[in-house]
Amino acid sequence: MTANVVSWILLLAIAAYACGGGVDYGAGFWDLLAGGADRGKRPRWLIDHAMAPVWEVNNVWLIFVLVLMWTGFPVFFQTVFTALWLPLALAVVGMVLRGAGFALRKPTRRLAERRIYGAVFAVSSLLTPFFLGVVIGSVASGRVAPGTTASADVWANTTSITAGLLTVAATAFLGAVFLTVDARRFGAHDLVGYFRLRAWISSAALLVIGVIGLTVTDPHASYVHHGLTHGVGLVLVIVAVVALAVTAWLVAGTAAGWARYSSVAVVALLVAAWGFAQRPYLVPTSLTVQQGAGASATLQWMLIVAAVALVLIGPALVVLYRLDTHGVLEPLTDEDVAK
Amino acid sequence: MSTAAHLLANTPAQLLPARELMAFTLASHILLVPLGVALPFVTLVMHYRGLRKADPVALLLARRWSAVMAVQFAVGIVTGTVLSFEFGLLWPGMMGRWGDVFGLGFGVEAWAFFLEAILIAIYLYGWRRLKPWTHFWLGAPLPLAALMGAFGIIAANAWMNTPQGFTLDASGKPVNVSVQQAIFTPMFGPQYWHFAVAMFLTAGYVVAGVYAVGWLRGRRDRYHRLGFTVPFTIAAILTPVQFLLGDNIARQIFHKQPIKFAAAELVWDTDTHVPEYLFGRLQEDGTVKGGLKIPQLDSILAGFKPDTQITGLSSVAADDRPTATQATIVHWSFDIMATVGSVLILLVLWYAWCWWRRRDLPKSRWFFRCAAVAGVASLVTVECGWITTEVGRQPWIVYQNMRVSEAVTPTSAGSLWTMLGIVVAVYVLVFGAFLSVLLKMRSRWRLADSGSAQELAEGPETDTPYGPRPEPAVGAPGTHRAPGSEQ
Ligand code: HDD
Ligand code: HEM
Ligand code: HEM
Repeated sequence: MTANVVSWILLLAIAAYACGGGVDYGAGFWDLLAGGADRGKRPRWLIDHAMAPVWEVNNVWLIFVLVLMWTGFPVFFQTVFTALWLPLALAVVGMVLRGAGFALRKPTRRLAERRIYGAVFAVSSLLTPFFLGVVIGSVASGRVAPGTTASADVWANTTSITAGLLTVAATAFLGAVFLTVDARRFGAHDLVGYFRLRAWISSAALLVIGVIGLTVTDPHASYVHHGLTHGVGLVLVIVAVVALAVTAWLVAGTAAGWARYSSVAVVALLVAAWGFAQRPYLVPTSLTVQQGAGASATLQWMLIVAAVALVLIGPALVVLYRLDTHGVLEPLTDEDVAK
Repeated sequence: MSTAAHLLANTPAQLLPARELMAFTLASHILLVPLGVALPFVTLVMHYRGLRKADPVALLLARRWSAVMAVQFAVGIVTGTVLSFEFGLLWPGMMGRWGDVFGLGFGVEAWAFFLEAILIAIYLYGWRRLKPWTHFWLGAPLPLAALMGAFGIIAANAWMNTPQGFTLDASGKPVNVSVQQAIFTPMFGPQYWHFAVAMFLTAGYVVAGVYAVGWLRGRRDRYHRLGFTVPFTIAAILTPVQFLLGDNIARQIFHKQPIKFAAAELVWDTDTHVPEYLFGRLQEDGTVKGGLKIPQLDSILAGFKPDTQITGLSSVAADDRPTATQATIVHWSFDIMATVGSVLILLVLWYAWCWWRRRDLPKSRWFFRCAAVAGVASLVTVECGWITTEVGRQPWIVYQNMRVSEAVTPTSAGSLWTMLGIVVAVYVLVFGAFLSVLLKMRSRWRLADSGSAQELAEGPETDTPYGPRPEPAVGAPGTHRAPGSEQ
């Protein structure tokens, strides 16, 4: 029972990271495609601007995912990190490069150097979500089992690669939707249309890759495939598609602000569908939630800690969002630290 | 075959690169942690002073320090995330077996970081528009959140040193997990307080050191005076406390991790009347080469009398204890830590004396030279403390319950060496960028102080990442009160 609750919390944390982190990675994705230094100047300006204050908080979700995994489901953690060593190692290297590239680009004056750092940032914004998606795909594909050692065929297969591409498409979609809204918020009207077009393109890409993913059946992945095409899983997938259509419609209109919520819903619903599809397994079809669960005393304490933390963090989050939406939060300017 | 070679032959090839990678990334991360844990506190003290006395200089310092905090926090997050991944990439065996026993500490840590990230966002972005005291009080819980994060990490580490809170079933799997016992292990208290004080002390000396350099270069205005005095005083108060806590933690490892103590003090045979070696190198045959030998002192320090018996390294089998080289590393890092701790006490006495006699800072340039070095020395000491802790535990990852070689990933040594190479290269870049950003901020502020701010107000250089950024193009507020001031 406790193990089930904790596994749902784990899924929730994954969904939160997919949405929060996804927006960030998506911004990086569009940075990559923004073109040369001159042409890409405006979109890059907006991307830098929209990203800086939020990515720290978003990153914490990833830490939650890891901690929940190793504390709640130690064998699951061991299995995934052993079998999928390479994609995970590449994802983490990408994460560091991304932070470094982002940090280095701004203070550098020389254009050539800025290009290099910018490229590092943008390329790793693409690779990191790709490999994280590959990891999820590989778990879902049923090729990982406790005791599996690292090898390429665990993750170099259609299911895993499709999942990786789907993740990239999802981040691009989230990024484009949020940037469309941000462009409006910051008054950069020329960029509204620019990102709206990209939001549409990536919605279409997401849909196409998703459909391909569901039709190209992989014998190993039959359990999850069945879950996604029947029952609750199917319902969630359908609702996600509806939310996708709603988002595409919303970004065109004047109430574009709502598109953020519907785009987040798309991604969260997809994650939820995956979770439902592989119930009751952590690793289909070799490790169930019950088999993988850690000590029950620990799981209970995790829930207690989470409850206490919510009491502390809830108010802090409310204050943060209130201040932010009231426009009270503003970076210090050079002038502020000059005198 | 020598023992060392024999041991090497028994360990998997990927162990060495895995250890090097872990040690390198941890040692890098820990350099940012003192500022991460304690810079908010130092800044808040200055902020409080500024508000209380309506002191614009203090407020300016607090604003500048929070700009530094923003950059430092970002790098801390990147390096910390790597560590979390490495638990799985390098030590899956440890997490698979023990994750549910000792992982809860990390759970606390993750929530604490969440709170910290929120509060930091409010604090950093709140300077301009929030009411001064509201802003201050919203930032005030930051040090507590940081201490809570450290609680989780140290609980996990102390558990690795003195594991408890479980029993082993027939197959060697931990069962009957008691979470309270696994968090509050015997080493937890001593480690936590020694560590927490180390963080505040180090942050104090590092920040003060920056202004000590300015002072030495002849910038003796009120700004430098305040920037030096407040953090230095915080550190000075904590230094004797840390000395006592250090003495205490050493005695705790004497009782609770006797083999680590033997390594730190180069004790080979279990004996009474054991001498203390200052530095020196342990040989394979148990003799000590070089170093300064003080008869009886080790027994006296450990048990207050010369006939205190001290467990020696040779009391356990060769593959259950650190090698001679590892023992020497532990010993040196322990001695460097204790030396720096003692020297800092002298520096503090100097400061206290002048303050007591003249209510003023010491006049001597030597004092400021030492103070400038104190920050770097504290960082070195923090590294030494961790090397003592970690290398002293070898060959155990979970003391007496799991060897490092049992925990290591089956991934090939080649992949790990490659990863190490990449990580080192990337970290050199990241830390280089971090330093260059800080230096740029500093020179910009110095120019601003000398009244030539306009010269710099151009080019991409003005937007330091996460730091002070230019106004958004639209909706820029006009001139208004100086952020954080009372008007
Ligand atoms: C500025 C920092 C600083 C200073 C001045 C000292 N230490 Fe320290 N020490 C640390 C910073 C530190 C640390 C980095 O924070 C460690 C690493 C692990 C820990 O919990 O604290 C540590 C660990 C540590 C350990 C190992 C604990 C273990 O293995 O579990 C011992 C025995 C000491 N210290 C003893 C001392 C003594 C006798 C000092 C004498 C004056 C001293 N420390 C000063
Ligand atoms: C942050 C400061 C720390 C530093 C500088 C540090 C340093 C080191 C070093 C030098 C090693 C290699 C030991 C050897 O090969 O002889 C090591 C290993 C390790 N440390 Fe730490 N450590 C730190 C804190 C921690 C903490 C807080 C944890 C866990 C909560 C931890 C977990 C480990 C693990 C799992 C290993 C690998 C196994 C081993 O060699 O024992 N370390 N660390
Ligand atoms: C000596 C022990 C350590 C302490 C006290 C410590 C403290 C901190 C602090 C204060 C931060 C906030 C960022 C900053 O200001 O630099 C941070 C970041 C982080 N640390 Fe460490 N750290 C330690 C070792 C470790 C270890 C062993 C891990 C691995 C599990 C780790 C994981 C992290 C992570 C994941 C972050 C980023 C958190 C985020 O995303 O907000 N830390 N650490």
